[in-house]
Amino acid sequence: MIYIQYILVIFLVICAISVCVTKNLLVSLIIFTAYSLVMSVIWLFIESPDLAITEAAVGAGITSILFFITLVKVDKMDEGEAKDD
Amino acid sequence: MISLIDTLKSFVDGAPVKKEDDTKLTIKKVSKHHETSFTERVTSMIEKGESKTARSAYTVVAVIMAVIIIACLIYTVSFLPHFGGADNPANSSEVVKAYIENGIHDTGATNFVAGMILNYRAFDTLGESSVLFIAATTVIILLFRHKTKEEEKIATVEEEVYEDKHDVILRHGALILVPVTLMFGVYVLFNGHLSPGGGFSGGTILGAALILYNLAFGDKSTQKFFNYNINKVVKISALTFYALSQSYMFFTGANRLPIPDINGVAGSLISSGFILPLNIGVGFEVACTMFGFYSLFDREEI
Repeated sequence: MIYIQYILVIFLVICAISVCVTKNLLVSLIIFTAYSLVMSVIWLFIESPDLAITEAAVGAGITSILFFITLVKVDKMDEGEAKDD
Repeated sequence: MISLIDTLKSFVDGAPVKKEDDTKLTIKKVSKHHETSFTERVTSMIEKGESKTARSAYTVVAVIMAVIIIACLIYTVSFLPHFGGADNPANSSEVVKAYIENGIHDTGATNFVAGMILNYRAFDTLGESSVLFIAATTVIILLFRHKTKEEEKIATVEEEVYEDKHDVILRHGALILVPVTLMFGVYVLFNGHLSPGGGFSGGTILGAALILYNLAFGDKSTQKFFNYNINKVVKISALTFYALSQSYMFFTGANRLPIPDINGVAGSLISSGFILPLNIGVGFEVACTMFGFYSLFDREEI
């Protein structure tokens, strides 16, 4: 069981670094959502289900919705894709 | 004084600095440098690549700072006691011991976290709810905008023209998902003192369900049951209820209502005194705040 936690923590660190490094904002946001989801699983592993529920609802749900809306508002949704092509 | 302001203005906005001769025959530009505005100059600098060294230096310094902070944090973590150890300082503290031993008897909450944050430490939770309230108020002050009549007309026409702009898949998915999500939110909210969950998480799930409904079925159908006034009334009454019941608990020194003594039994919904109503109050507050955030970010009104 402890190895799953190691894998999750390593994945968490990779996510956290790639959020900053990614140029495309949309991709960066999706990685951020994955980060929150993994974080909530880790909360479950260290026996705090309260925090796990809150992290999943706030971190993966509400925060990403607000970020997505902000991206749409500032018209950055397509910019990153254009750069990649 | 005026000349100073003028100079500043010319520096920022790029108005040419002019100085008249005594004879007033010729107008002489003193500084050619300020003909373009500040932002234009910066953009041209970036385009020319003049700031490349500064940029790379910034990146290097930022990385070094981040590494130093990470090293400090990891060094501190090495001093922390082992997770779940028997001789941790938390287990030897008298207060913690009293809380853990008498917690279920005192608060009646099987979920001891709820008993902690809504009974022993309920004032902290009141502070958190107030912070949420203040944040929502600030967002309303910053973003709320009454639409003019013309804009409203345009909005209604657009609604009629693009009636099926909401995605079909999203609509049918929401039709199934929204009731389930609402039920789950209510469950988490009402069982906060019995199982993991509570006001904040349950309220957030309720808010997420509302947001999904709004995304799928549009503003008009949401306005039928949730508008600005309802948002206002629910939020203020929830916070007031929390504050009043909390002060009752605080000033009477009682941590329980005169209710049947079925505390600490899993599955007994009406138990553990004030924790259930407080959870509901916090939940409504959080749900309204979350939906308000979304709504204000999206279309600058609730």
